Amino acid sequence: MVSVIKVEGVGRDFTVRKKVGRLRRNAFVVTAVTDLSFVVQRGEMVGYIGPNGAGKSTTIKMLTGILVPSTGELTVAGLTPSVERTELARKIGVVFGQRTTLWWDLPLRDSFELLRRIYRVPDPRFRTNMRTFSDLLDLGPLLDTPVRQLSLGQRMRGDIAAALLHDPEVVYLDEPTIGLDVVSKSNLRDFLRETNRERGTTVLLTTHDLDDIEQICSRVMVIDHGRLVYDGGLTGLHQLGGARRTLVVDLVEPAAALELPGAETVRVEGPRQWLSFPADASAAPLIADIAERHEVADLSIREPDIEAVIKQLYTNTSAWSSPPPFVE
Amino acid sequence: MGLLYAVAHLSFRRYSTYRAATLAGIFTNCVFGVIICFTYIAVWEQNPTAGGYDVTDALTYVWLGQAMLMTVAMWSGGATDELAGRIRSGDVALDLHRPVSLLGWYLASDLGRAVYHLLSRGVAPTIVGSLLFDLRYPPDVLTWLVFALSVALAVTVSFGVRMLVSASAFWLLDDTGVKQLAAVCATFFSGLTVPLVLFPGWTREVASLLPWASYLQVPADLWLGKLTGLDVLAALGFQAIWTVILLWACHGALILANRKVVVQGG
Ligand SMILES: Nc1ncnc2c1ncn2[C@@H]1O[C@H](COP(=O)(O)OP(=O)(O)O)[C@@H](O)[C@H]1O
Ligand SMILES: [Mg+2]
Repeated sequence: MVSVIKVEGVGRDFTVRKKVGRLRRNAFVVTAVTDLSFVVQRGEMVGYIGPNGAGKSTTIKMLTGILVPSTGELTVAGLTPSVERTELARKIGVVFGQRTTLWWDLPLRDSFELLRRIYRVPDPRFRTNMRTFSDLLDLGPLLDTPVRQLSLGQRMRGDIAAALLHDPEVVYLDEPTIGLDVVSKSNLRDFLRETNRERGTTVLLTTHDLDDIEQICSRVMVIDHGRLVYDGGLTGLHQLGGARRTLVVDLVEPAAALELPGAETVRVEGPRQWLSFPADASAAPLIADIAERHEVADLSIREPDIEAVIKQLYTNTSAWSSPPPFVE
Repeated sequence: MGLLYAVAHLSFRRYSTYRAATLAGIFTNCVFGVIICFTYIAVWEQNPTAGGYDVTDALTYVWLGQAMLMTVAMWSGGATDELAGRIRSGDVALDLHRPVSLLGWYLASDLGRAVYHLLSRGVAPTIVGSLLFDLRYPPDVLTWLVFALSVALAVTVSFGVRMLVSASAFWLLDDTGVKQLAAVCATFFSGLTVPLVLFPGWTREVASLLPWASYLQVPADLWLGKLTGLDVLAALGFQAIWTVILLWACHGALILANRKVVVQGG
């Protein structure tokens, strides 16, 4: 395996000047990212999630070189982004969901034409890519429309094609699905999966939409208050942050709420009972315990809702990282 | 080079899509041209050799002023207008990320625009003016060429000024105030309202040294044949020097701006 992105102990502070009183301005230091370390291998599709202000965009900016880290080291495709930004730009593609690289007043086609020249994409390669993207992203009918007349979803498709036109090794997508409808989202995910499979493009994607992650990423990194709080598979995430699974039992006869070690009965409705237990515990002993006491008609297990898991994760980590009480 | 040519070409095309705006602009130029002509006729009746111009020179100057107004984008409407908006929205970070010089990009884009505005907002009012009034024209091909070069330099000087004004948004966030100030300076010191040749005493000397003199007074004097021999070279050299100074200043400002964005985070 070849690592494409290496991040080691990276931190980033911002100095913000705030007005206090009429004329005085005080400088505050805002820490956007602290002690971030991870490695991404070639061809991985990594989801990068976290609440607003967690430091996702700051990380992406550092990985493109438009922001220097305050501390630590990072390399992308063997280059130091902030030092070799121009060289790196030819190897990476970037999409910022709320911004566009396309030229507002020009037809989409002209934007691609300019990008072809900027990145010196060889002619045959350009034509192949244009054909592929037009097919997969359904850009054909949009090529002659000025970008300002495109809908958000159409523009995003254009932006993604623009970011991939020069066959980058790595693409960063900062909230690419924000504001898109269900169909557009699903097309976009298909396209990213396809690109990753066909070209081995490494994808780092930040999002608020966990479906994005569930459907395209094999690995998730969770950042909160500038710290990486989880880095691993999606399944591992379920076991984290005190996530619980639910066992739903249908007894043959209605019974009083079950009292079992290692589980909590959260709801009783006639013969049906809901038992909550830790996600990393096995359900087998629990089921055996119940079967010993009652006749069981049916059983099912509900996996934790990933949304709830992440919410749980954030609240836990916020508790760890909250500053100590102020002492005068 | 291929890239910057494409940028200029697309910019030309882009401005040419605003046809109604162009027609309305030409109409306005013509109306103002006529009004100012009648004012000037009255002035030159009082003083037939004011500033070394006869009345034909003065009327020609009026139409050259209308023609240069949009060609140098004296008040606004240049390709540089976009930059301030992109700085404010933060989109400029994406521009900086591209492997292309921001200065070269905007210069090419503004030149494409200037060619379009010269051909539409420049040529059309001049033709109208020449139908309505008796005007003076360059006597020979060489003068035409010198004038064309001077117009090109007028555009690069005004580009330099406008680019600096827009780049101020990196530090001020909003360039509106600076832009208004720059527009006032351009109107006054280019000689658009009153030709610089009519400025009294030392004010004329000073105004002739400022970059705005490049916008209108210098090309007009070349068109009218007021300058001959070495004075022609001096006039073009004056414009060229301001072009170099301003582009160099823009280059420096963009390096500082880049550092500010990358190191301070915008
Ligand atoms: N240029 C900047 N100047 C000052 N503070 C900033 C700047 N950029 C980001 N921040 C701060 O850094 C933190 C992380 O921001 P960001 O990376 O944009 O978060 P996310 O993308 O995860 O929502 C926030 O507290 C934000 O206010
Ligand atoms: Mg963000």
